[in-house]
Amino acid sequence: MLTTAELEALRLSLQVALVAIVFSLPLAIGTAWLLARIDFPGKSLVDTLVHLPLVLPPVVIGYFLLVLFGTKGPLGGWLYEVFGLRLVFTRWGAALAAGVMSFPLMVRAIRLALEAVDRDLEAAARTLGASHADVFFSVTLPLMLPGIVSGCIVAFAAALGDFGATITFVGNVQGETQTLSLAIYSLTQSPDGDAAALRLVVISLVLAVSALFASELLARRVRRFIGRQ
Amino acid sequence: MDRLLVNTRRRLGSFELRCDIDLPLTGLTALFGASGAGKSTLINLVAGLLRPDSGRIVVGDAVFYDDARRIELPVHRRELGIVFQDARLFPHLSIRRNLLFGFKRAGARAKTPRAGVDAVVALLGLEPLLERRPNTLSGGEKQRVALGRALLAQPRLLLMDEPLASLDAPRKAEVLPYIERLRDEFDLPILYVSHAVEEVLRLATALVLFDRGETVAAGSLSEVLDHPRAAPLRGGAAAGALVFGHVQQHDPRYALSTLACEGFTLRVPQVDLPLGTPVRLRIPAREVALALSRPSDVSITNRIEGTVERLLERRDDAAGTAAHSEAQVRVGPNTVLAVAVTRESAERLALAPGLRLWCLVKSVALHADALALAHGRAAARPVLQPSSLPAANDARVSNGG
Repeated sequence: MLTTAELEALRLSLQVALVAIVFSLPLAIGTAWLLARIDFPGKSLVDTLVHLPLVLPPVVIGYFLLVLFGTKGPLGGWLYEVFGLRLVFTRWGAALAAGVMSFPLMVRAIRLALEAVDRDLEAAARTLGASHADVFFSVTLPLMLPGIVSGCIVAFAAALGDFGATITFVGNVQGETQTLSLAIYSLTQSPDGDAAALRLVVISLVLAVSALFASELLARRVRRFIGRQ
Repeated sequence: MDRLLVNTRRRLGSFELRCDIDLPLTGLTALFGASGAGKSTLINLVAGLLRPDSGRIVVGDAVFYDDARRIELPVHRRELGIVFQDARLFPHLSIRRNLLFGFKRAGARAKTPRAGVDAVVALLGLEPLLERRPNTLSGGEKQRVALGRALLAQPRLLLMDEPLASLDAPRKAEVLPYIERLRDEFDLPILYVSHAVEEVLRLATALVLFDRGETVAAGSLSEVLDHPRAAPLRGGAAAGALVFGHVQQHDPRYALSTLACEGFTLRVPQVDLPLGTPVRLRIPAREVALALSRPSDVSITNRIEGTVERLLERRDDAAGTAAHSEAQVRVGPNTVLAVAVTRESAERLALAPGLRLWCLVKSVALHADALALAHGRAAARPVLQPSSLPAANDARVSNGG
């Protein structure tokens, strides 16, 4: 039903989005904590920086990534020299682009969840002998779980669908960086690609809807697990 | 003996708490005062959830805070147990895991626990709740779990911040006996914040009086009750007198017991306590009548002779008690009964200080609820002599300024 190239694009998309989520999750929790709980000079600057991918054209983000993470860029050059890791035109680069683009969505969801955590419960845990780190892992994190789950799923869907930043940063290499969106784009450019494009569109639709459905289901389970329902 | 020393100042906006307490670290010390008097602020200072501007907080041999020596013990090392007004149970944990939260973190103290898990579960009747989640519990049940959780943390001091204030009357009545038991069965000092007169009179062994951010008096219960600023504890709608005594005799034929108090006896509905058990009893002002001569042809058995000491005018109040007179009648060296009478009666009897008369107290009015029982550990010191209560002679009182 699906050609190997189409299957390849689907597999790659899921892989890229998953890697993007796994790597950005701890960072997003840290950023959410910083923004929700800590007052420091330059906080609004960090806030703006985190939200930049939401307001800038994706192509511009892709351009920034190219400048920073290109093999001659300040960060990309270092990664290449020290770890031999090349991001441009690779699936790792695609994951980075997807991760950056979905990062603000994840941070927002987690930050909201964090702000909803009852500080009095944390205080109670402290008086019962729990250190700050202990309180975080035994009280704060479990209570944030619904927000973390929904943040991950929204970010996953966004990472799956990124186009502009990905194509600018890592190009459109079949089998390496050609995700579903890029494959659909390529197919619509070729004269006889309409049917194949439609098949991929249907796949994207199914993916998006099941992600939302899974999100709803999971969130409900988690809420029950933490006794909020 | 170990002492509780809180000598701190803390400003919060336009409010300043000036606290000067130095009391023996034993029994249940009630912090009493109107809302906003600074009681809960004090609890937060002791807990470490709020930092004092200056001063010292010492609990036994542990220095919690000392600005001169730059000591501030982190909250989680203070080894406290706190019961908050809202139970603050962890919603994501079962009751069992809530109870064990502090216990698991008590380290070496949990190896030889003062309060073992089984004992606490049994004492508070928590067995049927263990596998449930906090959101399925009633308010009273939640507060009992919070009590157990704090107790199991093996604290050196238990802090209770209006633990009954958010409960309705039946739930209060459900939890109150548990607090009494815990006070008597574990050798654990308790700091108890309340603005409810009934709770303080029923539970406290020592009392700290708060007014607008200042500690105005601190000492044993009977001592502080005599303080002029303790008027809210003695008067008002909830007026009544606290009487100390012990069980002298049971009379199963009439289901009555006799309590020996200083200079008089009281017949009360039968109490299930061994002879000699010290008890304290609250006699509400409106349950006492007056007679100018010893009456012989009335149904009331409790007839106590006394002398009018003071006559107060009580205005009608928010609680719905109409305007009336209150006679304070001394019936013993340490006992003054409050008697509510109408102004008309006060005039007819020509009540005035110095008048000798008889106080009539209906036995049935003294139902079991009014009996606060001091048993267990507290029985070691007779409650009969208020001066032998802890903190009677060595409490220091100051205005913090």
